[in-house]
Amino acid sequence: MNIVSKTLLGATCALALALPCQAADTLMMATTTSTQDSGLLEFLEPTFRQETGIELKWVAVGTGKALEIAKNCDADVLLVHAPAVEKKFVADGYGIDRRQIMYNDFVIVGPKKDPAKVKGKSTSAALKTIYDAKAVFVSRGDKSGTHNAEKKLWAANNLSPDKEAFYVSAGQGMMATLAIAAEKGGYTLTDRATWIKFDNKNNPLTIVVEGDKALFNQYSVMTTNPAQCPKVKKDLAKKFEDWWVKPSTQKRISEYTLEGKQLFFPNAGK
Amino acid sequence: MGYFADGFSQAADLLLHMDDATMSAIEATLVSTSWALAIAALLGLPLGFVLGYTNFPGKRALRLISDTLLAFPTVLIGLLVYVLITARGPLGSFGLLFTLPGMVIGQTILALPIIVSWTAQAVENLDARCRQTLLTLGASRTQTALLTLCEIRYDLGMVCVQAFGRVVTEVGVAMMLGGNIRYSTRTMTTAISLETSKGEFAQGIALGLVLLLIAFVVNALLTWLKRKGGK
Repeated sequence: MNIVSKTLLGATCALALALPCQAADTLMMATTTSTQDSGLLEFLEPTFRQETGIELKWVAVGTGKALEIAKNCDADVLLVHAPAVEKKFVADGYGIDRRQIMYNDFVIVGPKKDPAKVKGKSTSAALKTIYDAKAVFVSRGDKSGTHNAEKKLWAANNLSPDKEAFYVSAGQGMMATLAIAAEKGGYTLTDRATWIKFDNKNNPLTIVVEGDKALFNQYSVMTTNPAQCPKVKKDLAKKFEDWWVKPSTQKRISEYTLEGKQLFFPNAGK
Repeated sequence: MGYFADGFSQAADLLLHMDDATMSAIEATLVSTSWALAIAALLGLPLGFVLGYTNFPGKRALRLISDTLLAFPTVLIGLLVYVLITARGPLGSFGLLFTLPGMVIGQTILALPIIVSWTAQAVENLDARCRQTLLTLGASRTQTALLTLCEIRYDLGMVCVQAFGRVVTEVGVAMMLGGNIRYSTRTMTTAISLETSKGEFAQGIALGLVLLLIAFVVNALLTWLKRKGGK
């Protein structure tokens, strides 16, 4: 028991020391997995801290859950990518001050053999072809921004693949979903950042549709409505939003690359 | 195979260079786990002892409940505590969600049934004649209870170490309640899960190896306690 109790004692002291380290100016952000997993946030965070003096903490979850976190007043600000859902969120009085900051794009990837023959087609033609050929399509199925975008694309073409046998709902993150598509020889919609990370020599998948306007993926920042959640740090949140749209930050966003490729394209105020 | 080799060399790198993020994750893991274990032991050891030592109506039912809770899915614990401590929940005013103390609540609930059930089991496993002998030798009831406690002291140590192992390796509670916040609530397990979703498999394996090393130390402790207990 001695060693156990000593360990506990040591840990107790460690926590006691760790507690006062909480900085006064911290801002809690709920964001989507893509901003974290692509490495963008870690790239921008030091600049943000230097320029605003605010310590930014974030939880990275699907856009659906990020909005839910803000709705419950557990985050001050949001960085998400599901414009239609965001607008509803603002209209319902949960969020304020929504500002567009940047976009990246989605791509449709599929087996190199391309069994449904969709390569080079437009997004809507490709989806119709996949649907008609009953080719395996793996969906995120997790209410994330990517999942929302995918549902919108199907709906725009009057297709509802939900209950079809070829439609696999993974309920997982993008990387896991790509792995499932690779194993099953299926098609899927992915953000380009995750795709670049996934793409390696042994990868049986390749990009089949890209560059279509319908595949643009808009990111925005928002503040949790202080009228709903009185504890929201609205002054810091204002600084946060101003920071994202100012020219030097916008330039910095465009400077972030992965494997030599630019991932995010600033478009604040446009 | 490349991932394994890379994982091993990166694990060595992380430890040798005292990598900031890794050290912070190790710290968050040990701090939250130790707190959870301390609280669970404080509540669970007496509860378990009473449950195993005394006889009262409803004892079997309580024991059954505690045993069932051993199979409590960690994500469900996470979810239940989440709705309690979210800013809109009943305990929202304390601001516990996405903090280490919030995580500790969930991990305590995870550890508690382990400690209660296994402590009760340790008491029950003790030879029944032991207590009778003590009583015939003229020991008072308090003395008998204390001597029983003394008999199982090594078992209690083992119970704690096992609960530690369970809590230190779980990911559901830590992810949901801690939120995997860098330099704050990012633990070893949530960091592994993050590296996996980033596609940094080797880095994930490296962190996994570091966690295994911690588990090894805990198990070495367990072995030592077992030997000392003469079993």
